[in-house]
Amino acid sequence: MKSTEEIFEILKANFGESILELVAAVPVEKFIRINQLEIDKVCLFLRDDQDLLFDSLMNLSGVDDANGKKVASENGDQIISGGTLSVYYHLESTKYRHKLVLKTSAEREKPDIISVSNVWRHADWHEREAYDLLGINFLNHPDLRRILMPYDWEAGYPLRKDYKNPEFYQGMKVPY
Amino acid sequence: MGLLDKQFNDDNIVITKVDDLLNWARLSSLWQVGFGLACCAIEMMATSASHYDFDRFGVIPRPSPRQSDVIIISGTVTLKMATRVKRLYEQMPDPKYVISMGSCSNCGGPYWEHGYHVLKGVDRVIPVDVYVPGCPPRPEALLEGLLKLQEKIRNESLVKKS
Repeated sequence: MKSTEEIFEILKANFGESILELVAAVPVEKFIRINQLEIDKVCLFLRDDQDLLFDSLMNLSGVDDANGKKVASENGDQIISGGTLSVYYHLESTKYRHKLVLKTSAEREKPDIISVSNVWRHADWHEREAYDLLGINFLNHPDLRRILMPYDWEAGYPLRKDYKNPEFYQGMKVPY
Repeated sequence: MGLLDKQFNDDNIVITKVDDLLNWARLSSLWQVGFGLACCAIEMMATSASHYDFDRFGVIPRPSPRQSDVIIISGTVTLKMATRVKRLYEQMPDPKYVISMGSCSNCGGPYWEHGYHVLKGVDRVIPVDVYVPGCPPRPEALLEGLLKLQEKIRNESLVKKS
């Protein structure tokens, strides 16, 4: 059983610059921030290293950090410019019973994050959900399309903080 | 029963109006589409089960809309599902009836403001005959809704053009 600090040291020794920082001063679980384009290699290491064996991805969730500037678009709506979209990974080792939280962030204008679906197969649908609701583009994903919203949904990504619901969808009025 | 109780006096001759006979037959065997959407569907299934016994009103779930008379919209109608609900309704043969069960299918329910994915009332895609309020409605409420629908059918006329 290893603490987040110990795992951080192991990762730092193996991956160096890709491991950005350990965030401990939070009221929730401590997490490690990782470069969004190296996350698949780090996750593969975490899964296969004999002292870590994170065989279970408990959860993968996308977040809109909404830390950009609020600006008015051409038609008067308030949109967010700049800032980041993030993905949190909650891992567990069923052998050692230790847990770990990872975080990756990508720019809102170009939210590219490497997929971990070839490390844990069940990341596939979680990543499709994050893509569907937040528009995070998972590189190397085998089948990245919407999973909850209709396939022909064109109004954008509903869980983004600056999302505007459309007036009509297929002739049906959407607002109350 | 009301309709027939006075007419069994002499040798099994029944005198009634064609309308009443047809309506009595129709309202006594309302077959429903075997179709559930969300948590209301659990209550609908409970209503079908032995304790509340939907079958005593002639309500039997059918596996095909083409064999059905009534569709109970039991739960949240998402925009993705709305097109499918409409198609199911269109596949049913006339005369057909719709019971909207629960707040979600009546008006959007708790999703009325922030439900980006929810149709705010199934009556935006298909015509509804009876609205059953509740979240979810208890089986008694659904039974009441069915009785209201039977009342509506009893007063219709298939013979006279309306």
